Amino acid sequence: MTREEIITKLKAIATPYVLNKSLLDAYNENTDFIKDLEINSANLVDIILDVEDEFGIEVNDQAMDGMLTVNDAVAVIQKELSK
Amino acid sequence: MSKRVVITGLGVAAPNGVGLERFTQAIKNGESGIRHFEEMEKLKFSCQIAGQPEYEKEFLNNYMNPVQLRGFNSTGLEYGVIAGVDAWRDAGLTFSQNEPYWDSGIIFGAGMSSADKYREAIYRVDAGNVRRLGSSTVIQTMASGISAYLGGIIGCGNIVTTNSSACTTGTEAVLMGYERIQSGKATRMLVGSCSDSGPYVWGGFDAMRILPSQYNSNPTAGSRPMSASASGFVPGSGGGALILETLESALERNATIYAEVLGGAQNSGGQRGSGSITAPNNQAVQRCIIGALQNAGVTAEQIDTINGHLTATTKDATEITNWSTALGLTGADFPYINSVKSMIGHCLAASGSIECVASVLQLKEGFVFGNSNCEDLHPEIASVISRDRIPTKTQAIAPRIVAKASFGFGDVNACVLFKKYEVNE
Repeated sequence: MTREEIITKLKAIATPYVLNKSLLDAYNENTDFIKDLEINSANLVDIILDVEDEFGIEVNDQAMDGMLTVNDAVAVIQKELSK
Repeated sequence: MSKRVVITGLGVAAPNGVGLERFTQAIKNGESGIRHFEEMEKLKFSCQIAGQPEYEKEFLNNYMNPVQLRGFNSTGLEYGVIAGVDAWRDAGLTFSQNEPYWDSGIIFGAGMSSADKYREAIYRVDAGNVRRLGSSTVIQTMASGISAYLGGIIGCGNIVTTNSSACTTGTEAVLMGYERIQSGKATRMLVGSCSDSGPYVWGGFDAMRILPSQYNSNPTAGSRPMSASASGFVPGSGGGALILETLESALERNATIYAEVLGGAQNSGGQRGSGSITAPNNQAVQRCIIGALQNAGVTAEQIDTINGHLTATTKDATEITNWSTALGLTGADFPYINSVKSMIGHCLAASGSIECVASVLQLKEGFVFGNSNCEDLHPEIASVISRDRIPTKTQAIAPRIVAKASFGFGDVNACVLFKKYEVNE
C-alpha cells in the first residue's frame, strides 16, 4: 500500500469524528488530529480501532500515544504492515 | 428572604407523546402509550406490554451531533436529552457559545444508565475484547451520564449532577433544584429524569411478579390505577424535564411562566413499621404530604387536584387512604385525583418528572385529565373518597394548586406543590 493510499484512507477514517467538516479541506500529511481537526481526544481511541480494522493491524498503547498527526499515523501503520 | 421559584420551560418524551404539544393532546384525550412488545414475548416475559416513546432515529439529529451519536446505544439518554433540550428551548434559552452559564445548573435523575450499552460492553469484556470497547462505554454507562450529556450540550456552569431514588427520582430532582435556587446558589436549574426502555430494565420487575400478565392481547387496558381489577404496573420509559428559575429572572427576561413551585417535602420511612425496601411506611407517606403542605404554606382545602403515584398495584388503595388521612379530607371534600400511569404505565425513574410536567400542564392549560381503565373503582378507594373525585374523562376545570407525590423503593417519598402563576401576586 502506498503512502498516499494510507493518507487517503486515514482521512476517511477521521471524517466521522470531525464536526466542522470544513476543517478537512486543509487535510494533509502534517494535519494534527486534535489541533487541526478539533477531534475530541477521547475519540482518538475510536480512530485507532477503526485504523486496526481498516489495515488489519494492531496498534499498541505506546504506538498510539505517538499518533498525533497524519504523518505519525502513517509511520505506525507502515511499520505494522511491514511485520 | 428566600427566592420565589417558577417554572419557565417543559420538555417530555413519553410513551403517548414526544414533545410538549403532542403530550398535552395525549393526556387530554386519554391516549394510551401502552403496546405489545414482541421482544418481551420472545423472551418469555409474563408481562409482554410496556410503554416506550416513539420516534424515528433521525429525530435525534435535532438534539445531538453525529460524533455524539456514534456508538450511541442508550434509550434513557435519548429521552433525557430530548426532554432536557426541549425544556431549555421551550424556556426561550440558548446554548452557551463559549463561557459556561455559571448560574445555570442541572439535576437530572436516572435509575441506571444505558442498560443496552452496558450489555454490549459486558459481551466484549467477557470475550476478552476489552480494548475494543472504544471511548463511548464510560460516558454512557456512568450513573451521571444524562446530566453530563445535557451539561455539555447547554454549557451549564453551576452544579451538574444526577440524583437517584428509584421511582421518586424525578420529583426529587424538582425539589432539589427548587431548593438550590431558593437558597440563592443558582438562578436557573434544568431538572428532570429519564429511564431506559427494554427487557434488561423491565425484567427484574417481571421476576418480582408485580407486572400484569393478563393484558398481553389488550395492552391499552393493562394499566389500571385505582381499579378493582388492577393487577400490577405496566413498565414504561421516557424522560421529563422542567426549567426552574427565580421569579425575578423569569420576569426580567419576560419568560412564559407555567407555574410556581410553592415547596414540598421529602422523607423516608426508614423501612420500619409497614415500610420495607419495596413497601412504604404509611406514617412516613402521611408525614411527607403534611410536611409538603406546611413547607408550601398551603392548607389541604386549597388543593384542587392531586397527581398521585398510583401505579396500579394493590398499594393504590393504601395510597388513597394515606392522602385522605394526611389531608383530613374524605368523600366529596377530597380533591380531584388522577394518575398519568393509566396512559403510559410506570416510567420508573422517569415517572416523577413526566408526571410533574403533566401536573404543571393542568395548571397552565386549565384542565384535570381523566383516568383511564378505572371504571371499576376499587371498593376500598370508593369507601374513602367519592367516585366523582376520580374523573374518567378530562374535566374543563382550571385548578390553582396541584399536589404531586412520588414514592420509591428504599421507602423514600417526595411531595411537591405547584400553583398557577397569577400576575398580580
